[in-house]
Amino acid sequence: MSILLFTLVILLGAFLAGLVGSLTGLGGGVIIIPLLTLVLGVDIHYAIGASIVSVIATSSGSAAAYVKEGITNIRIGMFLEIATTISAIFGAVITVYINPNYISVIFGAILLFSAAMMLRKKVDHSDTDTSGKLAKFFKLNGSYPTPNGEQPYAVHNVAGGFLMMAVAGVASGLLGIGSGALKVLAMDNIMRIPFKVSTTTSNFMMGVTAAASAVVYLHRGQIDPGIAMPVCLGVLIGARAGSKILIKSKPEKLKVLFASVVTFLALQMIYSGLKG
Amino acid sequence: MAELEKKHMLKDRDMQLIMGNLLRTGVVLSMTVVFIGGLIYLMGYGKQVANYSEFVMDESGFFSLASIWTGMLEMNGKAIIQLGILLLIFTPISRVILAVFSFLLERDYLYVLIGLMILGIILFSLSNKLAG
Repeated sequence: MSILLFTLVILLGAFLAGLVGSLTGLGGGVIIIPLLTLVLGVDIHYAIGASIVSVIATSSGSAAAYVKEGITNIRIGMFLEIATTISAIFGAVITVYINPNYISVIFGAILLFSAAMMLRKKVDHSDTDTSGKLAKFFKLNGSYPTPNGEQPYAVHNVAGGFLMMAVAGVASGLLGIGSGALKVLAMDNIMRIPFKVSTTTSNFMMGVTAAASAVVYLHRGQIDPGIAMPVCLGVLIGARAGSKILIKSKPEKLKVLFASVVTFLALQMIYSGLKG
Repeated sequence: MAELEKKHMLKDRDMQLIMGNLLRTGVVLSMTVVFIGGLIYLMGYGKQVANYSEFVMDESGFFSLASIWTGMLEMNGKAIIQLGILLLIFTPISRVILAVFSFLLERDYLYVLIGLMILGIILFSLSNKLAG
């Protein structure tokens, strides 16, 4: 395949990945990597390098809007970034020492988990009981704007959330994804932060986390300009298009369709890894 | 007390606005550079055959500031794309630097320290001892 055609195919695939990633909240990374490896036969290490670049672009782009709205809790984000950056670098360092087949299998497992998270019924566990000692010490309790004024919330189980974030960071560095599903799990279920705050804050953290591992990939030559260019442009434009659609309609039924697609991709990744 | 809190919130608000603009500018600027580099790259390499089926650890390409700079002077599309990607990587990092200054103004030294820790971690990663 000529480089011109190859670039155009990736550009189209990345656009679709960004679109679906934004509509489902999964992010573009988890969809572009199977596309690159399964469909175009790209080595997973190049796919990971290109994907992490697209993660920085999309998360920084949407974080810009969220931060201005004042929903993002910058303190929670920065506090947890200590965990995610250290562990992301760790993941990025070890990723080349792991057999690519195992990486495919781990990737498939994370993808399955993300699909399950997408379909689960969300329950808001947030409350205003601001008695947690660590949350107080790190000034994590906050409030966010609603149509009826500022809504205060409390942060719980800071240590548990920090540990879960470290897991999310390793996954991010190892696989070149934003690992939003794991981050939201840490914030929604463990730290019991309201959805609006957890999704925007997780997004806010993704850029720095991804930048930390991107530096390691860059030194190693895993970020190839020929793949990274169409991937980051395509995913970013797709994600922008997706966010425009999202405002107009709530795609609940689409979610089931997307979850099936993601499950199919996950099984393919696991199969291709096991086959060797 | 209420006055003080209001002042505090106002500063947080300022930081949020500046941070939002910084992130947006970084993304737009870096993606423009990547796009221009991409056009030049396709004009130069478009007819060659794409081969990414096996990862080769290659530290000789445009992966350092010096090599990107020399590549740029030769108008090499790949080097320009890598410059855009570097700008993109520095976008969230500059956001942390901004936050450190902002927390310094707020006299929130705990978060100045946390911000510096994050920068230290990333600097350590930048030092290129980790690529393996």
